[in-house]
Amino acid sequence: MFRNQYDTDVTTWSPAGRLFQVEYAMEAVKQGSAAIGLRSKTHVVLACVNKAQSELSSHQRKIFKVDDHIGVAIAGLTADGRVLSRYMRSECINHSFTYESALPVGRLVVQLADKAQVCTQRSWKRPYGVGLLVGGLDESGAHLYYNCPSGNYFEYQAFAIGSRSQAAKTYMERKFETFDNASREELIKHALFAIKETLQGEKLKSSICTIAVLGVGESFNVLDQQTVQELINSFEMVEDEAPAPQEPSAAPEEAAAPAAGEGAADEGAAPMEE
Amino acid sequence: MDPNSRLVMEDSQRTLTPYVTGTSVIGIKYKDGVLIAADMGGSYGSTLRYKSVERLKAIGKHSLLGASGEISDFQELLRYLDGLILYDNMWDDGNSLGPKEVHSYLTRVMYNRRNKFNPLWNSLVLGGVKNGQKYLGTVNMIGVHYQDNHVATGFGNHLAIPILRDEWREDLSFEEGVRLLEKCMRVLIYRDRSAINKLQIAKITAEGVTISPPYSLKTFWEFSAFKNPTAGAEGSW
Repeated sequence: MFRNQYDTDVTTWSPAGRLFQVEYAMEAVKQGSAAIGLRSKTHVVLACVNKAQSELSSHQRKIFKVDDHIGVAIAGLTADGRVLSRYMRSECINHSFTYESALPVGRLVVQLADKAQVCTQRSWKRPYGVGLLVGGLDESGAHLYYNCPSGNYFEYQAFAIGSRSQAAKTYMERKFETFDNASREELIKHALFAIKETLQGEKLKSSICTIAVLGVGESFNVLDQQTVQELINSFEMVEDEAPAPQEPSAAPEEAAAPAAGEGAADEGAAPMEE
Repeated sequence: MDPNSRLVMEDSQRTLTPYVTGTSVIGIKYKDGVLIAADMGGSYGSTLRYKSVERLKAIGKHSLLGASGEISDFQELLRYLDGLILYDNMWDDGNSLGPKEVHSYLTRVMYNRRNKFNPLWNSLVLGGVKNGQKYLGTVNMIGVHYQDNHVATGFGNHLAIPILRDEWREDLSFEEGVRLLEKCMRVLIYRDRSAINKLQIAKITAEGVTISPPYSLKTFWEFSAFKNPTAGAEGSW
């Protein structure tokens, strides 16, 4: 009769010690189109795949500038992502007003995580259905964080979220040791390659991806479509190499498959992006 | 609540006039950091009521604050700053507020209070060093703020700044800096009736803050103009 008695509100534990509503929210992140981030010592690159909801509509933005030194890429419920971006913008601008200096990235991420955590402990709330990759630069260097609907946050060298992100993660796991000392251009190249992995053979075009960069001497900015296309063209080996990187990514993709299956089973509960 | 009684209550909390005050503070940048000097007098009106008031305080690791004006308002300000620094330390994440941030914060507090017609009755000098960067600024009770290589509050603006304009250099050594500040303080002791001959000089460098124990300057009062100041000014007292 009941599919699951323990998933009707966020604050009810299952006997196995799980909070199903929180897990469903994390599922919403997996359903959203992919977003990736990677960083060197001096730069952070965020990238995402743009999916239009229908042939007739344009796609929704998934990368937002928070401040000159912080940007986010989101996967999951775009509306929730925009609310959290606005919160982050307001925190940054308040800090700038009081201290005339930039808010340290780590502190913003903690505040954001605390905000998400509250939603997992109040019966009248729901968790945010969005995962955020927060890239930023402060006095301790370049940072990349992943913020989860559960209120957890993690710092990464490189990370990917959203649908088929496992392929991008596999690609970056192979390369990440070179990221720390990579140049801005190399990072962008790796970002494009990682994005390409998530497309599963679909052609990489500037119309379906967005790239944003931030680093020492360069405030957060989203590359315009023409620049992205030129970059894609300049890495023409993307086309040649396409079969090669896809092979190793096939195995991890299978590993991710059961998770995707689980997601499908919860389709009624986990809200899709858009 | 009766709005009038609230008004009366709030009125009574305002500093309509300062009670115990400290006089000038002088700050200069020097080769390795910043030096700030202040005497230790606390005047109750024009009575020199207290003689051991510490008006120089370290704020966190990178900042040094000197205050003139209402002493109790300064103490309240120190409470705010203690809270601010504690909160900053509690993050324990390697980031910390530098002198620029503290100065900006003070400016916001001062201007905010004056907008409530309830100012903190002080002129502040904020110096510091962070990431090899020297910082020296000032802010007063209505929120006016600026940075300079040398700053002074109150009477120091009239008596010390002209000396500093003539003699201040970027590459002043510690000893030269102290000597320059003492020259200014001596003039203030002679000519500012609120100043007393018991002072402290604090230094802040990349290594941290050191505040000197109180000491006196040598003075010479036997000049004839000092002995009979009203001679030649008939009719004045």
